[in-house]
Amino acid sequence: MIPRRGARLRFPDVSELSGPLLEVDDLVTHFRTDRGTVRAVDGVSLTVGRGRTLGVVGESGSGKTVLSRSIMGLLPPGGTVVRTGSVRLAGHELTTMTPPALREVWGTQVAMVFQDPMTALNPVVRVGRQITEALRIRVGLDKRGAQETALSLLTSVGIPSPERRMRNYPHELSGGMRQRVMIAIALACGPKLLLADEPTTGLDVTVQAQILDLLAEQQRERAMAMVLVSHDLGVVANRTDEIVVMYAGRVVEQAPTATLFARTRMPYTEALLRSIPKLADPSHTRLRVIPGRPPDLAAVPDGCRFAPRCPYAQDRCRQEAPPLRSAGPGHFFACWIPVGSPESADALAANVTAGMPAALAFAGRTSSGSSGSSGVGAGGPLAATGGA
Amino acid sequence: MGRYIAKRLIQLVAITFILSIGVFMLVHLLPGDPTLAILGPNDTPTARHELLAQLGLNKSLPQQYWTWLTNVFSGNLGKSFLTGQTVANAVAVALPIDLELILFSQVMAIVVAVPLALLAARRPNRVLDRLATTTSFGMLSIPTFVVAVLLVLVFAVQFHAFPATGYVRFSTDPVQNVRSVILPSVALAFGSIAIYYRLLRADLIATMQEDYITMARSKGLSATYVLTRHALRPSSFTLLAGAGISIGSLFTGAFVVEVLFQLPGIGYQLVNAIFARDYLMVQGMALVAAVFYLVINFGVDFLLTVLDPRVRRA
Amino acid sequence: MPDGVTADVVAPTELLGADAGSESVIVAARATTAPGEAPRRTLGPLFWISLGWMSLLVLLAVLAPVLPIKSPTYQDYTAVNIGPSVHHLLGTDDLGRDLLSRIIWGSRVSLTIGFASVALGLLVGGSLGLLAGLRGGFGDTVLNAGSFVLLAFPPLLAILVIEAFWGRSLWKLTVMFAFIAAPQLFRVVRATTLSFADREFVTAARTMGARTGRILRREILPNVLPAAVSFALLGVAIAIIVEGSLAFLGLSIQLPVASLGNIVNAGVQNDNLQLNPYIALWPALYIFLLLTSLNLMADRLRGRYDVREIKL
Repeated sequence: MIPRRGARLRFPDVSELSGPLLEVDDLVTHFRTDRGTVRAVDGVSLTVGRGRTLGVVGESGSGKTVLSRSIMGLLPPGGTVVRTGSVRLAGHELTTMTPPALREVWGTQVAMVFQDPMTALNPVVRVGRQITEALRIRVGLDKRGAQETALSLLTSVGIPSPERRMRNYPHELSGGMRQRVMIAIALACGPKLLLADEPTTGLDVTVQAQILDLLAEQQRERAMAMVLVSHDLGVVANRTDEIVVMYAGRVVEQAPTATLFARTRMPYTEALLRSIPKLADPSHTRLRVIPGRPPDLAAVPDGCRFAPRCPYAQDRCRQEAPPLRSAGPGHFFACWIPVGSPESADALAANVTAGMPAALAFAGRTSSGSSGSSGVGAGGPLAATGGA
Repeated sequence: MGRYIAKRLIQLVAITFILSIGVFMLVHLLPGDPTLAILGPNDTPTARHELLAQLGLNKSLPQQYWTWLTNVFSGNLGKSFLTGQTVANAVAVALPIDLELILFSQVMAIVVAVPLALLAARRPNRVLDRLATTTSFGMLSIPTFVVAVLLVLVFAVQFHAFPATGYVRFSTDPVQNVRSVILPSVALAFGSIAIYYRLLRADLIATMQEDYITMARSKGLSATYVLTRHALRPSSFTLLAGAGISIGSLFTGAFVVEVLFQLPGIGYQLVNAIFARDYLMVQGMALVAAVFYLVINFGVDFLLTVLDPRVRRA
Repeated sequence: MPDGVTADVVAPTELLGADAGSESVIVAARATTAPGEAPRRTLGPLFWISLGWMSLLVLLAVLAPVLPIKSPTYQDYTAVNIGPSVHHLLGTDDLGRDLLSRIIWGSRVSLTIGFASVALGLLVGGSLGLLAGLRGGFGDTVLNAGSFVLLAFPPLLAILVIEAFWGRSLWKLTVMFAFIAAPQLFRVVRATTLSFADREFVTAARTMGARTGRILRREILPNVLPAAVSFALLGVAIAIIVEGSLAFLGLSIQLPVASLGNIVNAGVQNDNLQLNPYIALWPALYIFLLLTSLNLMADRLRGRYDVREIKL
């Protein structure tokens, strides 16, 4: 659908696109608060090609939600937000656009699926209107046309009896249906890029799979690119072309999906992968959690931000923040002692001897020294499974 | 839903009964013998006795209550023994005045407060917002009677634009009617404006932080649209609740305003009746005023429940 | 909300509508800070200024008999309707009485009724609310229903009718106003207590064996007090307004004892507004400043302690 009303910017048709659809370059988003400056996004760069899917993974507090909103430019207005860097959508620079111009882009070129459909849908406006308003105002459809389009949208996202649903209020729908409605709203004006912020959190596992399948299907049909943000590696595992791992506002590893799983370099990624419980594990296998908490984004430590929780951390890690280095085509990581390197085994052993809690937890031992499962990781995490 | 309505109606009726008892009891504790007022110099023991029997005052209290209550239901609220006018008649004359006052003042308040609140919420903590918020704070701190006095001073005494006292019925002369009601309505509206503005502004600002507003923005809808079509709606329920809150103050204010501007509304009649020891009138008027108050409160609460889709009903 | 009171309070619709079975949940009190802002860290200088100002007014009222001011009732016919001057700092009224002293003496009535009635109401209503909220049970249901009924009566009406039969002395008026304030404060305290009594830290304290009294003191009271005091301050403002309105209509304390409203009334009679607007002006100004202080304080308290949602 091509916006009819007052389009000031010309966005190329997706098939004409030569470069990447989305280019983010050193995006920084800080919030000035009473507690200090919260450095939610601290220099993130990534690209998304047309029709491709990028996964963004990180714990809560990693800045991934702020990232997606910052990419879009959907931050709260006011002087408390500092945003620098570049975000280019099909060549157009979003960060310098005036608000009216940015509004042109929202909905029709890039759209967002929000995390919690219960809070993201207006509780006192009927579902139908929440879909048709964008169609009528942004695309210029008349009332009848908007209704019909909305109905077909609802059908395409898998909602039965859409006529009835249109007249419902959000709280009258189930969680899964609300999420589908959200997706329908996001897709309504035919965006080229979809930012899906934790679209499956809070849903049943079966519904999760349905929603993700739905998103993939819509992507294919519309040749749409997608950024899939999640804290759950399992969600992004099979459904993304490339994955970016975020920690404390920074990208710590970035790779094509298969590579990320097969040749993990950054200890944080390794720890994330290890923490996924596997069906093959015997019952009562302990969850391998990462001890500690992510740093307070208002007071980030010097050096590598993961160092306090990293089982391999050495002095250099604590003093100097590692830059992103290449480990192969499209594979970047930020670590001084990457997984699988000769130094890593020594570092881990040294840390275990010194009694560092993170190292002990990693090695499967309690602080009293009794032995637990699994060997020290050399190679990828696939080798580290099994054990007890 | 039907169950809910039924439940609320029962509550309404129950409370009205209790109120009627309360009104009755209070009034019958009024000191002062009504017969003295009526008979005047002809006050002899036999005359008094006759009058008492005539007025039914020689029966026991519960009996009197019952008689009164059944009369009320048949539309007979009693007769003022001072003026001879039936209470029902007096109420019929007085009630439209109060309704008009409330209507005018609330419409004025909304017309002023809502746009201001919208403008303030668009740019919170900027010039307009700061100014309006401070002003509203000041407005809240001026009692209705002071506002009324000031209005009279400026508009009636100084400029002779509106009458200082007196009421003209709408049916007699619409223009004069409006003129006689404007100053008191403005005085009443003063406090309401401040309340509605503050309430709506705070609520709008809070609503604007909600996720669904961000979502609406992300559709590329303009700020004005988002404010008026998405934020105002949930906030309007708070406004309605606020209207319910200010009913109490409206009543207080209305009393004062009626007496000051000599508008023969319920408050005015009531005050006069109390001093004249016209106990039937007091009873009737007090009951009407109390029921009026009750009905409005229940009405607002009811509307809130019915209109707000978020409220889940039993 | 009666004029003179800052808006963000409990919807009385809930006061009427919320019984144990009703499911209508209405979010009422909103903090005066938007949720995006953090609650203010301190009460702010305006709070303390208001407190200071209010204390000064109270002090003046209390010390009236010993202050070096003229008599409020002495009519000096040689000094009628004088504007502010050296001998009469605020001028005199149409009977030659010194306005400054009339106002200070008048404030005694207004302030007494305002503060004492709310204090009494808070004592009775508040403690009942605390107990009802904590203990629950039959007593709670009864008290709740009772407050429901009491609040259904329009306040001014009640006072008018009661005072007509009972009389209008200072202490009687105080009791009447307290009678009106108590159910409101009962409900507010009960609601706040309920919202805290359910919380984990109370349950935790109980499981550690703390007795009701201790829980009350340590866990509940510190959380309930800010809300209660804030509403109480508003209540004082309301009381002062209602009393002022009554006095203005000549229905408050019997003359010749002056209340502020009386003085305003006198200022409006007999063309005084044109001859000597000061008579009405000074008491109006006094009331305005007093109410502003009260509102400010209540407002700041709510902002500081983040009194937000109260589900009744």
